[in-house]
Amino acid sequence: MAELMTEVKTATKNVIVDTGCANLASVKFAVERLGYQVTITDDIELIQQADKVILPGVGSAKHAMANIKAKNLVTVLQNLTQPVLGFCLGMQLMTESSTEGNKLSTEGEKSSTEGGKDNVVPCLNLIPTKVEPLKAQENRLPHMGWNTLTQVSDHPIFNGVTTGDYFYFVHSFAAPVSEYTIASCEYGSTFSAAIAKDNFIGCQFHPERSSALGSKIIQNFLELEPQELVKL
Amino acid sequence: MLARRIIPCLDVRDGKVVKGVQFRNHEIIGDIVPLAQKYAEAGADELVFYDITASSDGRVVDKSWVTRIAEVIDIPFCVAGGIKSEADAKEILMMGADKISINSPALRDPELITRLADVFGQQCIVVGVDSFFNKDANNGRGEYQVYQFTGDEKRTQKTGWTTFDWIERVVSLGAGEIVLNCMNQDGVRQGYDIEQLKQARAVCNVPLIASGGAGTMKHFSDIYQQADVDGALAASVFHKGVIAIKDLKTYLKEQRIEVRPC
Repeated sequence: MAELMTEVKTATKNVIVDTGCANLASVKFAVERLGYQVTITDDIELIQQADKVILPGVGSAKHAMANIKAKNLVTVLQNLTQPVLGFCLGMQLMTESSTEGNKLSTEGEKSSTEGGKDNVVPCLNLIPTKVEPLKAQENRLPHMGWNTLTQVSDHPIFNGVTTGDYFYFVHSFAAPVSEYTIASCEYGSTFSAAIAKDNFIGCQFHPERSSALGSKIIQNFLELEPQELVKL
Repeated sequence: MLARRIIPCLDVRDGKVVKGVQFRNHEIIGDIVPLAQKYAEAGADELVFYDITASSDGRVVDKSWVTRIAEVIDIPFCVAGGIKSEADAKEILMMGADKISINSPALRDPELITRLADVFGQQCIVVGVDSFFNKDANNGRGEYQVYQFTGDEKRTQKTGWTTFDWIERVVSLGAGEIVLNCMNQDGVRQGYDIEQLKQARAVCNVPLIASGGAGTMKHFSDIYQQADVDGALAASVFHKGVIAIKDLKTYLKEQRIEVRPC
Protein backbone atom coordinates (compact mmCIF):
# COMPACT_ATOMS: atom_id res chain seq x y z
CA MET A 1 0.00 0.00 0.00
CA ALA A 2 2.78 2.36 0.92
CA GLU A 3 4.52 1.50 -2.30
CA LEU A 4 1.44 2.25 -4.28
CA MET A 5 1.18 5.66 -2.67
CA THR A 6 4.78 6.48 -3.50
CA GLU A 7 4.09 5.52 -7.08
CA VAL A 8 1.15 7.87 -7.34
CA LYS A 9 3.08 10.74 -5.86
CA THR A 10 6.14 10.27 -8.07
CA ALA A 11 3.97 10.11 -11.17
CA THR A 12 4.28 13.89 -11.32
CA LYS A 13 7.71 15.37 -11.86
CA ASN A 14 8.59 18.10 -9.43
CA VAL A 15 11.71 20.21 -9.61
CA ILE A 16 13.33 22.85 -7.47
CA VAL A 17 15.26 25.29 -9.62
CA ASP A 18 18.87 25.47 -8.46
CA THR A 19 19.25 29.23 -8.21
CA GLY A 20 22.55 28.86 -6.40
CA CYS A 21 20.95 30.17 -3.21
CA ALA A 22 21.40 28.60 0.17
CA ASN A 23 17.97 27.32 1.23
CA LEU A 24 17.50 24.65 -1.43
CA ALA A 25 17.91 21.80 1.04
CA SER A 26 15.17 23.01 3.38
CA VAL A 27 12.75 23.39 0.47
CA LYS A 28 13.58 19.87 -0.74
CA PHE A 29 13.08 18.42 2.72
CA ALA A 30 9.73 20.19 3.08
CA VAL A 31 8.52 18.59 -0.17
CA GLU A 32 9.85 15.18 0.87
CA ARG A 33 8.14 15.37 4.26
CA LEU A 34 4.87 15.45 2.32
CA GLY A 35 5.82 12.22 0.61
CA TYR A 36 6.76 13.68 -2.78
CA GLN A 37 9.93 13.23 -4.71
CA VAL A 38 11.64 16.31 -6.02
CA THR A 39 14.85 17.06 -7.89
CA ILE A 40 17.04 20.09 -7.35
CA THR A 41 18.30 21.02 -10.79
CA ASP A 42 19.51 23.71 -13.16
CA ASP A 43 19.13 21.39 -16.14
CA ILE A 44 17.08 23.17 -18.79
CA GLU A 45 15.30 20.05 -20.06
CA LEU A 46 14.43 18.76 -16.60
CA ILE A 47 12.94 22.13 -15.71
CA GLN A 48 10.97 22.34 -18.95
CA GLN A 49 9.62 18.82 -18.59
CA ALA A 50 8.57 19.15 -14.96
CA ASP A 51 4.91 19.16 -13.98
CA LYS A 52 5.51 21.54 -11.09
CA VAL A 53 8.40 23.94 -10.61
CA ILE A 54 9.50 25.51 -7.33
CA LEU A 55 11.66 28.63 -7.45
CA PRO A 56 13.24 29.20 -4.06
CA GLY A 57 15.66 31.87 -3.01
CA VAL A 58 17.30 33.76 -0.21
CA GLY A 59 19.87 36.51 -0.37
CA SER A 60 19.87 39.41 -2.79
CA ALA A 61 17.99 39.70 -6.09
CA LYS A 62 21.16 40.84 -7.80
CA HIS A 63 23.08 37.74 -6.77
CA ALA A 64 20.22 35.38 -7.69
CA MET A 65 19.54 36.99 -11.09
CA ALA A 66 23.25 36.81 -11.89
CA ASN A 67 23.16 33.08 -11.11
CA ILE A 68 20.04 32.56 -13.22
CA LYS A 69 21.65 34.38 -16.15
CA ALA A 70 24.89 32.46 -15.79
CA LYS A 71 22.91 29.22 -15.97
CA ASN A 72 21.03 30.43 -19.09
CA LEU A 73 17.72 30.02 -17.32
CA VAL A 74 16.11 33.42 -17.91
CA THR A 75 14.07 32.55 -21.00
CA VAL A 76 13.58 28.98 -19.81
CA LEU A 77 11.82 30.23 -16.69
CA GLN A 78 9.95 32.93 -18.59
CA ASN A 79 8.50 30.39 -21.02
CA LEU A 80 7.29 27.87 -18.47
CA THR A 81 3.58 27.10 -18.76
CA GLN A 82 3.27 24.61 -15.90
CA PRO A 83 2.58 25.89 -12.36
CA VAL A 84 5.58 27.63 -10.80
CA LEU A 85 5.74 28.49 -7.10
CA GLY A 86 8.27 31.04 -5.84
CA PHE A 87 9.34 31.32 -2.22
CA CYS A 88 10.57 34.60 -0.74
CA LEU A 89 13.27 35.88 -3.10
CA GLY A 90 11.89 33.40 -5.64
CA MET A 91 8.64 35.36 -5.55
CA GLN A 92 10.49 38.64 -5.90
CA LEU A 93 12.35 37.32 -8.95
CA MET A 94 8.99 36.81 -10.69
CA THR A 95 8.37 40.57 -10.74
CA GLU A 96 9.59 43.21 -13.21
CA SER A 97 12.39 44.46 -11.01
CA SER A 98 13.77 44.74 -7.53
CA THR A 99 15.65 47.56 -5.85
CA GLU A 100 17.50 45.02 -3.75
CA GLY A 101 20.56 45.33 -5.91
CA ASN A 102 23.24 47.00 -3.94
CA LYS A 103 25.76 45.17 -1.88
CA LEU A 104 25.37 45.46 1.83
CA SER A 105 27.95 48.00 2.74
CA THR A 106 28.34 49.52 6.14
CA GLU A 107 25.45 51.72 5.07
CA GLY A 108 23.36 48.57 4.92
CA GLU A 109 19.64 49.06 4.59
CA LYS A 110 19.94 52.80 4.50
CA SER A 111 21.48 52.97 1.05
CA SER A 112 18.94 50.45 -0.25
CA THR A 113 16.08 52.56 1.01
CA GLU A 114 17.42 55.57 -0.83
CA GLY A 115 17.15 53.32 -3.84
CA GLY A 116 18.86 55.11 -6.70
CA LYS A 117 18.36 53.86 -10.23
CA ASP A 118 21.66 52.01 -10.09
CA ASN A 119 20.15 49.66 -7.56
CA VAL A 120 17.33 48.44 -9.78
CA VAL A 121 17.77 44.81 -10.76
CA PRO A 122 15.69 43.63 -13.72
CA CYS A 123 13.92 40.40 -12.76
CA LEU A 124 12.02 37.76 -14.74
CA ASN A 125 9.08 40.07 -15.51
CA LEU A 126 6.39 37.42 -15.12
CA ILE A 127 4.10 39.33 -12.77
CA PRO A 128 3.78 43.07 -13.49
CA THR A 129 4.79 44.56 -10.15
CA LYS A 130 7.99 45.91 -8.66
CA VAL A 131 9.82 44.95 -5.49
CA GLU A 132 10.70 47.91 -3.31
CA PRO A 133 12.04 48.49 0.20
CA LEU A 134 9.41 47.48 2.73
CA LYS A 135 7.81 50.59 4.21
CA ALA A 136 8.12 49.37 7.75
CA GLN A 137 7.65 52.84 9.30
CA GLU A 138 8.87 52.66 12.89
CA ASN A 139 9.22 48.86 12.79
CA ARG A 140 12.57 47.14 12.70
CA LEU A 141 14.07 45.57 9.59
CA PRO A 142 14.47 42.88 8.45
CA HIS A 143 10.83 41.93 8.95
CA MET A 144 11.70 38.66 10.63
CA GLY A 145 9.41 36.21 12.33
CA TRP A 146 5.84 34.95 12.32
CA ASN A 147 3.22 37.33 11.04
CA THR A 148 -0.44 37.02 10.13
CA LEU A 149 -2.04 37.26 6.73
CA THR A 150 -4.41 40.22 6.78
CA GLN A 151 -6.22 39.23 3.62
CA VAL A 152 -6.37 35.93 1.76
CA SER A 153 -7.99 35.51 -1.66
CA ASP A 154 -9.80 32.43 -2.89
CA HIS A 155 -6.77 31.35 -4.94
CA PRO A 156 -6.59 27.54 -4.64
CA ILE A 157 -2.99 27.69 -3.37
CA PHE A 158 -4.57 28.99 -0.15
CA ASN A 159 -7.08 26.14 0.30
CA GLY A 160 -7.25 25.59 4.05
CA VAL A 161 -5.59 28.94 4.87
CA THR A 162 -7.49 31.91 6.28
CA THR A 163 -6.94 35.49 7.34
CA GLY A 164 -5.14 35.61 10.66
CA ASP A 165 -3.00 32.54 10.00
CA TYR A 166 0.69 32.89 10.84
CA PHE A 167 3.55 32.42 8.39
CA TYR A 168 7.30 32.87 8.71
CA PHE A 169 8.66 35.99 7.01
CA VAL A 170 12.26 37.14 6.58
CA HIS A 171 12.72 40.11 4.26
CA SER A 172 13.38 43.82 3.93
CA PHE A 173 11.91 44.27 0.45
CA ALA A 174 8.38 43.58 -0.73
CA ALA A 175 5.91 43.86 -3.59
CA PRO A 176 3.19 46.46 -2.99
CA VAL A 177 -0.46 45.49 -2.99
CA SER A 178 -1.69 45.31 -6.58
CA GLU A 179 -4.24 43.49 -8.70
CA TYR A 180 -1.88 40.50 -8.57
CA THR A 181 -1.95 40.30 -4.78
CA ILE A 182 -3.53 37.05 -3.57
CA ALA A 183 -2.67 37.52 0.12
CA SER A 184 -1.48 40.48 2.12
CA CYS A 185 0.40 41.13 5.33
CA GLU A 186 1.04 44.23 7.43
CA TYR A 187 4.30 45.47 8.85
CA GLY A 188 4.28 49.24 9.05
CA SER A 189 2.34 49.15 5.79
CA THR A 190 0.37 46.58 3.85
CA PHE A 191 2.33 44.58 1.28
CA SER A 192 1.83 41.47 -0.85
CA ALA A 193 2.30 38.27 1.15
CA ALA A 194 1.65 36.41 -2.09
CA ILE A 195 1.15 37.32 -5.75
CA ALA A 196 0.00 35.37 -8.78
CA LYS A 197 -0.52 35.70 -12.50
CA ASP A 198 -1.34 32.88 -14.88
CA ASN A 199 0.80 29.87 -13.91
CA PHE A 200 3.15 31.89 -11.68
CA ILE A 201 2.51 32.04 -7.94
CA GLY A 202 4.86 33.58 -5.39
CA CYS A 203 4.86 33.72 -1.60
CA GLN A 204 6.88 36.36 0.24
CA PHE A 205 6.95 34.15 3.35
CA HIS A 206 8.72 30.81 3.65
CA PRO A 207 6.18 27.94 3.38
CA GLU A 208 9.01 25.46 4.04
CA ARG A 209 9.55 27.04 7.45
CA SER A 210 5.95 27.90 8.31
CA SER A 211 4.96 24.76 10.19
CA ALA A 212 1.74 22.92 9.29
CA LEU A 213 0.14 25.77 7.33
CA GLY A 214 3.25 26.23 5.23
CA SER A 215 3.20 22.53 4.41
CA LYS A 216 -0.45 22.90 3.45
CA ILE A 217 0.48 25.46 0.79
CA ILE A 218 3.21 23.21 -0.63
CA GLN A 219 0.77 20.32 -0.57
CA ASN A 220 -1.87 22.36 -2.42
CA PHE A 221 0.70 23.26 -5.03
CA LEU A 222 1.80 19.68 -5.57
CA GLU A 223 -1.62 18.05 -5.33
CA LEU A 224 -3.87 20.34 -7.33
CA GLU A 225 -4.28 19.85 -11.04
CA PRO A 226 -2.27 22.38 -13.07
CA GLN A 227 -5.42 23.94 -14.52
CA GLU A 228 -6.78 24.53 -11.01
CA LEU A 229 -3.67 26.48 -10.07
CA VAL A 230 -3.62 28.65 -13.13
CA LYS A 231 -5.74 31.67 -12.30
CA LEU A 232 -6.09 34.50 -14.74
CA MET B 1 0.80 41.42 13.85
CA LEU B 2 4.34 40.18 14.11
CA ALA B 3 4.45 37.65 16.94
CA ARG B 4 7.05 37.69 19.70
CA ARG B 5 9.22 34.63 19.29
CA ILE B 6 9.92 31.90 21.84
CA ILE B 7 13.21 30.20 21.11
CA PRO B 8 14.45 27.09 22.89
CA CYS B 9 18.23 26.78 22.74
CA LEU B 10 19.88 23.37 22.58
CA ASP B 11 23.55 22.80 23.34
CA VAL B 12 25.03 20.17 21.07
CA ARG B 13 28.12 18.09 21.65
CA ASP B 14 29.08 15.35 19.20
CA GLY B 15 25.56 15.29 17.81
CA LYS B 16 23.86 14.91 21.19
CA VAL B 17 21.98 17.53 23.16
CA VAL B 18 23.79 18.18 26.42
CA LYS B 19 23.44 20.42 29.41
CA GLY B 20 26.52 21.54 31.28
CA VAL B 21 26.79 22.26 34.93
CA GLN B 22 29.00 25.31 35.20
CA PHE B 23 30.56 24.62 31.80
CA ARG B 24 31.66 21.12 32.81
CA ASN B 25 30.24 17.67 33.35
CA HIS B 26 27.98 17.79 30.36
CA GLU B 27 25.15 15.38 30.81
CA ILE B 28 23.45 14.06 27.71
CA ILE B 29 19.82 15.15 27.57
CA GLY B 30 18.95 13.21 24.46
CA ASP B 31 19.23 12.73 20.74
CA ILE B 32 19.12 15.91 18.79
CA VAL B 33 16.56 15.04 16.14
CA PRO B 34 13.68 13.85 18.35
CA LEU B 35 14.26 16.78 20.70
CA ALA B 36 14.21 19.27 17.83
CA GLN B 37 11.04 17.66 16.54
CA LYS B 38 9.46 17.71 19.99
CA TYR B 39 10.06 21.46 20.37
CA ALA B 40 8.83 22.22 16.85
CA GLU B 41 5.64 20.29 17.53
CA ALA B 42 5.23 21.90 20.95
CA GLY B 43 4.96 25.34 19.34
CA ALA B 44 8.48 26.75 19.48
CA ASP B 45 8.81 29.57 16.96
CA GLU B 46 12.43 28.92 16.18
CA LEU B 47 15.30 26.82 17.52
CA VAL B 48 18.94 27.62 18.19
CA PHE B 49 21.55 24.88 18.22
CA TYR B 50 24.76 25.86 19.90
CA ASP B 51 27.60 23.54 18.99
CA ILE B 52 29.83 23.58 22.03
CA THR B 53 32.13 20.95 20.55
CA ALA B 54 33.15 23.29 17.82
CA SER B 55 33.82 26.44 19.72
CA SER B 56 36.11 25.07 22.38
CA ASP B 57 38.59 22.73 20.75
CA GLY B 58 38.88 23.93 17.16
CA ARG B 59 39.02 20.52 15.47
CA VAL B 60 37.01 19.59 12.39
CA VAL B 61 33.56 18.81 13.65
CA ASP B 62 30.95 16.52 12.16
CA LYS B 63 28.02 18.78 11.32
CA SER B 64 25.81 16.20 9.63
CA TRP B 65 23.28 16.64 12.43
CA VAL B 66 22.36 19.98 10.82
CA THR B 67 20.96 18.12 7.81
CA ARG B 68 19.14 15.66 10.02
CA ILE B 69 17.41 18.55 11.80
CA ALA B 70 16.53 20.30 8.53
CA GLU B 71 14.95 17.08 7.30
CA VAL B 72 12.48 16.82 10.14
CA ILE B 73 11.55 20.29 11.38
CA ASP B 74 9.33 22.83 9.68
CA ILE B 75 10.22 25.94 11.67
CA PRO B 76 13.34 28.07 11.26
CA PHE B 77 16.54 27.21 13.06
CA CYS B 78 19.88 28.80 13.69
CA VAL B 79 23.25 27.14 14.22
CA ALA B 80 25.85 28.74 16.47
CA GLY B 81 29.35 27.71 17.43
CA GLY B 82 32.48 27.14 15.40
CA ILE B 83 31.54 29.23 12.36
CA LYS B 84 34.65 31.20 11.51
CA SER B 85 34.57 31.77 7.77
CA GLU B 86 32.41 32.10 4.68
CA ALA B 87 33.11 28.43 3.93
CA ASP B 88 31.90 27.34 7.39
CA ALA B 89 28.76 29.45 6.98
CA LYS B 90 28.07 28.09 3.52
CA GLU B 91 28.37 24.51 4.72
CA ILE B 92 25.84 25.02 7.50
CA LEU B 93 23.37 26.98 5.35
CA MET B 94 23.58 24.45 2.52
CA MET B 95 22.75 21.72 5.02
CA GLY B 96 19.46 23.49 5.64
CA ALA B 97 19.99 25.89 8.55
CA ASP B 98 18.14 29.18 8.12
CA LYS B 99 20.60 31.31 10.02
CA ILE B 100 24.08 31.13 11.39
CA SER B 101 25.23 32.86 14.52
CA ILE B 102 28.76 34.08 15.07
CA ASN B 103 30.30 35.41 18.24
CA SER B 104 34.05 35.22 18.95
CA PRO B 105 35.04 35.16 15.24
CA ALA B 106 33.17 38.46 14.78
CA LEU B 107 35.22 39.99 17.59
CA ARG B 108 38.45 38.84 15.99
CA ASP B 109 37.41 39.95 12.49
CA PRO B 110 34.40 42.31 12.51
CA GLU B 111 34.41 42.64 8.72
CA LEU B 112 33.45 38.96 8.58
CA ILE B 113 29.90 40.09 9.40
CA THR B 114 29.79 42.26 6.28
CA ARG B 115 31.27 39.58 4.06
CA LEU B 116 28.77 37.00 5.31
CA ALA B 117 25.84 39.40 4.89
CA ASP B 118 26.92 40.25 1.34
CA VAL B 119 27.10 36.63 0.27
CA PHE B 120 24.23 35.05 2.18
CA GLY B 121 21.95 37.99 2.94
CA GLN B 122 21.68 40.04 6.10
CA GLN B 123 18.67 38.02 7.26
CA CYS B 124 20.67 34.90 8.04
CA ILE B 125 23.58 36.51 9.88
CA VAL B 126 23.03 36.55 13.62
CA VAL B 127 25.62 37.96 15.97
CA GLY B 128 25.72 36.56 19.48
CA VAL B 129 27.01 38.94 22.15
CA ASP B 130 28.14 37.62 25.54
CA SER B 131 27.83 40.48 27.96
CA PHE B 132 28.88 40.69 31.59
CA PHE B 133 28.11 43.51 33.99
CA ASN B 134 31.30 44.40 35.82
CA LYS B 135 30.11 46.39 38.78
CA ASP B 136 33.61 47.66 39.63
CA ALA B 137 34.40 48.92 36.13
CA ASN B 138 33.97 52.49 34.95
CA ASN B 139 35.23 53.96 38.25
CA GLY B 140 32.86 51.86 40.27
CA ARG B 141 29.79 52.90 38.30
CA GLY B 142 29.68 49.56 36.58
CA GLU B 143 29.80 48.71 32.90
CA TYR B 144 28.41 46.11 30.51
CA GLN B 145 31.39 44.46 28.84
CA VAL B 146 31.70 41.98 25.99
CA TYR B 147 33.38 38.64 26.64
CA GLN B 148 34.66 36.05 24.21
CA PHE B 149 35.35 32.32 24.16
CA THR B 150 32.64 31.85 26.76
CA GLY B 151 32.10 28.26 25.64
CA ASP B 152 35.26 27.31 27.49
CA GLU B 153 35.69 28.62 31.01
CA LYS B 154 39.48 28.50 30.85
CA ARG B 155 39.64 30.64 27.72
CA THR B 156 36.85 33.07 28.55
CA GLN B 157 38.19 36.60 28.41
CA LYS B 158 37.06 40.18 28.45
CA THR B 159 37.30 42.14 25.20
CA GLY B 160 37.88 45.85 24.82
CA TRP B 161 34.29 46.45 23.80
CA THR B 162 31.46 47.75 25.91
CA THR B 163 28.26 45.91 25.08
CA PHE B 164 26.27 48.74 23.53
CA ASP B 165 29.17 50.04 21.42
CA TRP B 166 29.69 46.53 20.08
CA ILE B 167 26.00 46.07 19.27
CA GLU B 168 25.96 49.35 17.35
CA ARG B 169 29.10 48.30 15.50
CA VAL B 170 27.84 44.86 14.45
CA VAL B 171 24.51 46.28 13.31
CA SER B 172 26.33 48.85 11.18
CA LEU B 173 28.42 46.03 9.71
CA GLY B 174 25.33 44.18 8.53
CA ALA B 175 24.17 41.85 11.31
CA GLY B 176 20.55 40.83 10.73
CA GLU B 177 19.77 39.94 14.32
CA ILE B 178 21.40 40.22 17.75
CA VAL B 179 21.24 37.63 20.50
CA LEU B 180 22.29 39.25 23.75
CA ASN B 181 23.45 36.71 26.31
CA CYS B 182 23.42 38.34 29.72
CA MET B 183 26.08 36.31 31.52
CA ASN B 184 25.26 37.49 35.03
CA GLN B 185 21.79 36.02 34.62
CA ASP B 186 22.80 32.86 32.83
CA GLY B 187 21.51 29.69 34.40
CA VAL B 188 20.19 31.33 37.56
CA ARG B 189 16.57 31.67 36.39
CA GLN B 190 16.04 35.00 38.15
CA GLY B 191 14.68 36.73 35.08
CA TYR B 192 16.12 38.40 32.00
CA ASP B 193 18.28 41.49 32.48
CA ILE B 194 15.60 44.04 31.69
CA GLU B 195 17.78 47.11 32.23
CA GLN B 196 20.51 45.85 29.95
CA LEU B 197 18.12 44.70 27.24
CA LYS B 198 16.32 48.05 27.31
CA GLN B 199 19.60 49.81 26.68
CA ALA B 200 20.50 47.33 23.96
CA ARG B 201 17.09 47.86 22.36
CA ALA B 202 17.75 51.59 22.13
CA VAL B 203 20.86 51.05 19.98
CA CYS B 204 19.66 48.03 18.01
CA ASN B 205 17.37 48.58 15.00
CA VAL B 206 17.45 44.95 13.89
CA PRO B 207 15.66 42.12 15.72
CA LEU B 208 16.96 41.63 19.28
CA ILE B 209 16.73 38.35 21.16
CA ALA B 210 17.04 38.18 24.95
CA SER B 211 19.06 35.34 26.41
CA GLY B 212 19.89 34.31 29.94
CA GLY B 213 17.78 34.21 33.07
CA ALA B 214 14.37 32.81 32.15
CA GLY B 215 12.85 31.03 35.12
CA THR B 216 9.14 31.78 35.09
CA MET B 217 6.48 32.70 32.57
CA LYS B 218 6.37 36.21 34.00
CA HIS B 219 10.03 36.65 33.07
CA PHE B 220 9.00 36.27 29.43
CA SER B 221 6.12 38.74 29.60
CA ASP B 222 8.33 41.21 31.48
CA ILE B 223 11.06 41.18 28.88
CA TYR B 224 8.66 41.53 25.96
CA GLN B 225 6.71 44.33 27.61
CA GLN B 226 9.56 46.23 29.23
CA ALA B 227 12.46 45.81 26.80
CA ASP B 228 10.49 45.34 23.57
CA VAL B 229 12.64 42.41 22.45
CA ASP B 230 11.60 40.45 19.36
CA GLY B 231 12.27 37.08 20.89
CA ALA B 232 13.33 35.37 24.08
CA LEU B 233 15.69 32.45 24.17
CA ALA B 234 15.79 29.92 26.99
CA ALA B 235 17.22 26.49 27.65
CA SER B 236 16.86 24.89 31.05
CA VAL B 237 13.25 25.91 31.75
CA PHE B 238 12.22 24.09 28.59
CA HIS B 239 14.58 21.12 28.87
CA LYS B 240 13.66 20.46 32.48
CA GLY B 241 9.97 20.85 31.79
CA VAL B 242 9.62 23.80 34.18
CA ILE B 243 7.66 25.65 31.49
CA ALA B 244 5.65 24.08 28.67
CA ILE B 245 5.63 26.22 25.53
CA LYS B 246 1.89 25.80 25.13
CA ASP B 247 1.23 27.09 28.66
CA LEU B 248 3.68 29.93 28.12
CA LYS B 249 1.90 31.04 24.96
CA THR B 250 -1.48 30.87 26.65
CA TYR B 251 -0.11 32.99 29.50
CA LEU B 252 1.49 35.54 27.15
CA LYS B 253 -1.73 35.85 25.19
CA GLU B 254 -3.55 36.61 28.44
CA GLN B 255 -1.00 39.37 29.02
CA ARG B 256 -1.99 40.72 25.59
CA ILE B 257 1.34 39.83 24.05
CA GLU B 258 1.17 38.78 20.41
CA VAL B 259 2.20 35.13 20.04
CA ARG B 260 1.66 32.51 17.38
CA PRO B 261 -0.77 29.86 18.65
CA CYS B 262 0.72 26.39 19.14
